[in-house]
Amino acid sequence: MGVYEAVIGLEVHAELNTDTKIFCGCPTRFGQEPNTQVCPVCLGLPGVLPVLNQAALHKALKAALALNCHINQWSRFDRKNYFYPDLPKNYQISQYDLPLAEHGYLEIEIDGKKKRVGIKRVHLEEDAGKLLHEDTGGTRDRFSMVDYNRTGVPLIEIVSEPDIRSPEEAKEYLENLKTILQYIDVSDCKMEEGSLRCDANISLRPAGSKTYGTRTELKNLNSFRAVYRALAFEIKRQSEVLDSGGAVEQETLAWDDARGVTVKLRGKEEAHDYRYFPEPDLTPLQITEEILSGIKEGMPELPQQRKDRYMRELGLSAYDATVLTRSKTLSDFLDDACRLGAEPKAAANWLMGDIMRILNAEDKGIEDTPLSPGHLVEMLSLIDDGVISGKIAKTVLEEMLFTGKTPNVIVREKGLLQISDASALRTVVEQVVKDNPKVVDDYRSGKEKALGFLVGQVMKHTKGKANPQMVNSILKEVLDG
Amino acid sequence: MSLCDLTVHEVLDLIKSGEVSAKEVRESVLARIEKVESRVCSYITMTPELDSDGAFHGLPLALKDNICTRGVRTTCGSRILEHFVPPYDATVVTRLKAQGIGIVGKTNMDEFAMGSSCENSAFFPTRNPWDLDRVPGGSSGGSAAAVAAGEAMWALGSDTGGSVRQPASFCGVVGLKPTYGRVSRYGLVAFASSLDQIGPITRDVLDSAILLSVIAGHDPLDSTSAPVPVPDYVQDVRRDVKGLKVGLVREYLGQGTEDGVRSCILKAVEVLTDLGAHVEEVSLPHTAYALDAYYLIAPAEASSNLARYDGVKYGYRAEGAVGLLDMYQRTRREGFGEEVKRRIMLGTYALSSGYYDAYYLRAQKVRTLIRMDFQKAFSEYDVLLGPTAPTVAFRAGERTSDPLSMYLSDVCTIPINLAGIPAVSIPCGFSGGLPVGLQIIGKPFSEAIILRAAYAFESSTDHHKNRPALTGEGGEA
Ligand SMILES: [Zn+2]
Repeated sequence: MGVYEAVIGLEVHAELNTDTKIFCGCPTRFGQEPNTQVCPVCLGLPGVLPVLNQAALHKALKAALALNCHINQWSRFDRKNYFYPDLPKNYQISQYDLPLAEHGYLEIEIDGKKKRVGIKRVHLEEDAGKLLHEDTGGTRDRFSMVDYNRTGVPLIEIVSEPDIRSPEEAKEYLENLKTILQYIDVSDCKMEEGSLRCDANISLRPAGSKTYGTRTELKNLNSFRAVYRALAFEIKRQSEVLDSGGAVEQETLAWDDARGVTVKLRGKEEAHDYRYFPEPDLTPLQITEEILSGIKEGMPELPQQRKDRYMRELGLSAYDATVLTRSKTLSDFLDDACRLGAEPKAAANWLMGDIMRILNAEDKGIEDTPLSPGHLVEMLSLIDDGVISGKIAKTVLEEMLFTGKTPNVIVREKGLLQISDASALRTVVEQVVKDNPKVVDDYRSGKEKALGFLVGQVMKHTKGKANPQMVNSILKEVLDG
Repeated sequence: MSLCDLTVHEVLDLIKSGEVSAKEVRESVLARIEKVESRVCSYITMTPELDSDGAFHGLPLALKDNICTRGVRTTCGSRILEHFVPPYDATVVTRLKAQGIGIVGKTNMDEFAMGSSCENSAFFPTRNPWDLDRVPGGSSGGSAAAVAAGEAMWALGSDTGGSVRQPASFCGVVGLKPTYGRVSRYGLVAFASSLDQIGPITRDVLDSAILLSVIAGHDPLDSTSAPVPVPDYVQDVRRDVKGLKVGLVREYLGQGTEDGVRSCILKAVEVLTDLGAHVEEVSLPHTAYALDAYYLIAPAEASSNLARYDGVKYGYRAEGAVGLLDMYQRTRREGFGEEVKRRIMLGTYALSSGYYDAYYLRAQKVRTLIRMDFQKAFSEYDVLLGPTAPTVAFRAGERTSDPLSMYLSDVCTIPINLAGIPAVSIPCGFSGGLPVGLQIIGKPFSEAIILRAAYAFESSTDHHKNRPALTGEGGEA
């Protein structure tokens, strides 16, 4: 097998999380009854005209700035013409040769090495509706229905340069992109709801070559994992074609996730002619410095900045900082906890340890649980004050995550208070010493390890609630005294 | 003369002084419709339940059938929208209703406003009230004929390449195409979005000023409507024209212009000169290319605008189709007329990859040159002058087999749409018993000035007072 380098470009569509659609006042709520979020404008009835939603423009600009793009002072909308029932006007209002923004980049990190992936363009467009294919069975014909609720939901299309070299880099690019869009609150980025969609194109070339090979376009990539697997499959497939002396065909392929293969959708000769031309119903967009500086001022901390701050100010390792900042809600949680007085390192450890373990197991985000930063802070101070042990805290935490009760309430209700009463502990210790004469002998004959066993026995008798330091000193007193 | 032959402002004076009631006027219009509609055929749909509230007492207006009316079908003169009932009102309709202007019916038109004779209506042709064997012009032929025949007190049409002015000229009434962006297009079924503009068709200039005042102004629902203040057109119209600098467009009087039309225009120049205007000849050198540019740009936009009529959501759907593509093809083949299909094909071709630069883009460059012609002329002149159409109304059927000859009837009006500027056509005489229209063209948003020039001319002539003999009450032509 020859040594090839993969050349990958990604085209991401993200639905903007505006309240209303891009060219009319209809709500954008997901999962409503079909055709209940529609009006004459988004249905493309005769005579209607689009009016640009300024909030959508604002969010698109915010995304473009966060992706380090140059914002074009003048841009415009164009019509992309093609017939399909999910497109009520049979053209999509999009942007063609004068997009909103160009020439940006996104930083990714693979094995500790940083790399910039170029962003070719960011543009604004309207989403299409959804087709529902109904097989009525029996003698009646099959028919399709259209739901126009999604029609006119604002989208940004983010096109990368062909700078990506592996499925790992593609996944990292997507993870970072999603994180950025969530940080700046422009998109929910839920692939399962279709608010983030990705197409990929990929070609191979002999390692070291500067020219591009023939590329294929991959569609139907419904998760980051699907992107990774489809690219890996396509690298293998194209390598085999090239190795056998064949030529890769320029075509559009669909990823079959169940079978783990790509299948041909259409060839080069079937490519659409979209007959783009400037949208006469909308005036050209002028983006002034004033608009841009307003957006820049309102720009929140981006993931990279937050990561640097965690390393600098909280003393977290690069790895910990990366893991925590990947989720905006998780790192927001950490910031809030620190603001409420949590010791950063301890809070970070709990978040990355038990909390993430439980969240992952439950496939939830921290925002989906009733846990609040205040509760975490309260739990940390219970540990610090010796009210509960670290071990008990794990039980408390689990209860907090599922019920939303405060640690104090949980400790009281479950009787988890640490026993720090010296006379009570002495009684238990004396009992343990009496019950284990052999171990006591071992200890007295110099076997230090025997002490650990006795401590464990005390903890067992107290259901883990005994204050470990006190148990230690009382045991020594009794044994040595 | 019946009440329905008077102008709106005359009738308003009579109502104000108590001499007639608004009801009598409305009944007079309905009686006229009863009497002549079977011969003139102005209307596709009648809506005689008129609202009588508001400043204009429900005075009946004829609305071109490409302007959406909630609950009343809006066909665009097409099979494909024959039964389409909009769930919303166009902005101009909302404004008419707010002023108590009643809509008496939806008027016939060339299908999707593509045509210059009203013969491209999918339903029936409208006749010219001055000679029933002739066309009323188009595409707003129904609106112009209705006003000329007393079947409405006034009307609205739409003008993409002359569709208000040319029928106004053919029917001997006043037709105004406002500046692009002066009147909201929301609810006007699009033909060519960068050219379309709604305009009044009335019996005289003052009525035109009144109706423009009702419909003009910025509309948040139309991004291309201009946030330019609306002046008091009615007041401005009465100011004199002494010292007004007028350019007579040489190219509009060139070959193809009938002698009878030319002599009417030259007489009009004399009238304006007598009124104190300074008239000189001016050249718009790129006029010859306007038609070519228009027949690329307008069909290109139309091919996209009309894509939505596919049988999926509303309007006509062909029976018995097998699969999606077949449904699209049959629906559009059966639903659209010949001229519409011709223009969709022209436009699709002009936008296709490999041809875009040579056709659409080049046409846009020509459009810029035409706009610059006007800018240059307006640096020296307040208004420009010429015929509205090179001929008077032609015979029905005369040009239907030859699209190019039909296109030529808009040769003097199309450049104005390409430049986005306002122009008004007013009656300026007769040739062979048929009305001739004088076109007065202005700078962007100078409707007040062209209406003033038109009013001054009208006030010293009687052409606008003639009524077609069809009405049975004597015309003077
Ligand atoms: Zn809507």
